[in-house]
Amino acid sequence: MNRFLIPLGIFIVLVVFLWVGLSLNPREIPSPLINKTAPAFELPQLHEPNKTIRPEDLHGKVWLLNIWASWCVTCREEHPLLVELAQKNIVPIYGLNYKDQREEGLALLRESGDPYILSAYDHDGKVGIDWGVYGVPETFVIDKSGLIRHKFIGALTPELIQNKLIPLVKELNGA
Amino acid sequence: MVHRKWIFALFLFLSVPCALADTVETTQKAVTQNNPELEKRVMDLSSHLRCLVCQNQTIADSNAELAIDLRNQVREKMQQGQSDQEILDYMVKRYGEFVLFNPLVKSTTWLLWFGPLLLLILGLGILIFNLRKRRKLMQHAPVLSAEEHTRAASLLSGNDEAHS
Repeated sequence: MNRFLIPLGIFIVLVVFLWVGLSLNPREIPSPLINKTAPAFELPQLHEPNKTIRPEDLHGKVWLLNIWASWCVTCREEHPLLVELAQKNIVPIYGLNYKDQREEGLALLRESGDPYILSAYDHDGKVGIDWGVYGVPETFVIDKSGLIRHKFIGALTPELIQNKLIPLVKELNGA
Repeated sequence: MVHRKWIFALFLFLSVPCALADTVETTQKAVTQNNPELEKRVMDLSSHLRCLVCQNQTIADSNAELAIDLRNQVREKMQQGQSDQEILDYMVKRYGEFVLFNPLVKSTTWLLWFGPLLLLILGLGILIFNLRKRRKLMQHAPVLSAEEHTRAASLLSGNDEAHS
């Protein structure tokens, strides 16, 4: 009996390990910034280079920071969803234009619509590093006290927005 | 003649990547010549940091854009006089412990660090157990008489007279 049970047991353990292991996404690295204060920055705005934008100015409201770039294909896929979300007026979306050319970034917004209240222009990607950005698009949810509460890595999907993002924003708004 | 043309074309084709590599090398050399000591320190520390885009490489090995940016960040911090540990802490604070190429030794990584040793000990245990068992079996093996010995020898040589 043992002759069969032991290999079968090992096989089942192996299957369970592979099942769990292979369903994990190695690209998704949990951010250590969750529940920490959003890293400060002061960057020129994308539209108006002589005006700046700082996260501190947004204290007291729940907002999203979406990291995007015109060269990023996935961002373009995600873009219509952001435009749609912005129209619903549920949560203000701010953009961080990451390692982009100003003109190309602006062109994308002209062509496909601008979901952002404002976009910050992070040309050298330094602020991106501060926020632990390693793959655009990324979307951070920041609460009223300026803490990062969630980070979406990669493109948002209608399901993620419906089932995760909107409920979280409502919860943070205390509704 | 036709052959020669083709070979020439092939050589040209093969030399393109080399030429490109040369330009990369020269720009890197320019940086290195400025301050080889600093550059060595940058590369040493970079080889302890994981490139998050190409996760099996360190940022010293990778030429992904993020890796280059992070190397520049490391260099800048060093120029500001920060210690290696301070820079590692800075990276961990932003990208998490996963950014360290060698995982820290702590309770959640014990299995990772010492698991292979555990398996080795387990394997040795099984080996010793089986060798002991085998030796015991050998000790209790029946001893053949002289007659049986000759029979066995003839059986093995293929001319078993008793049965032919």
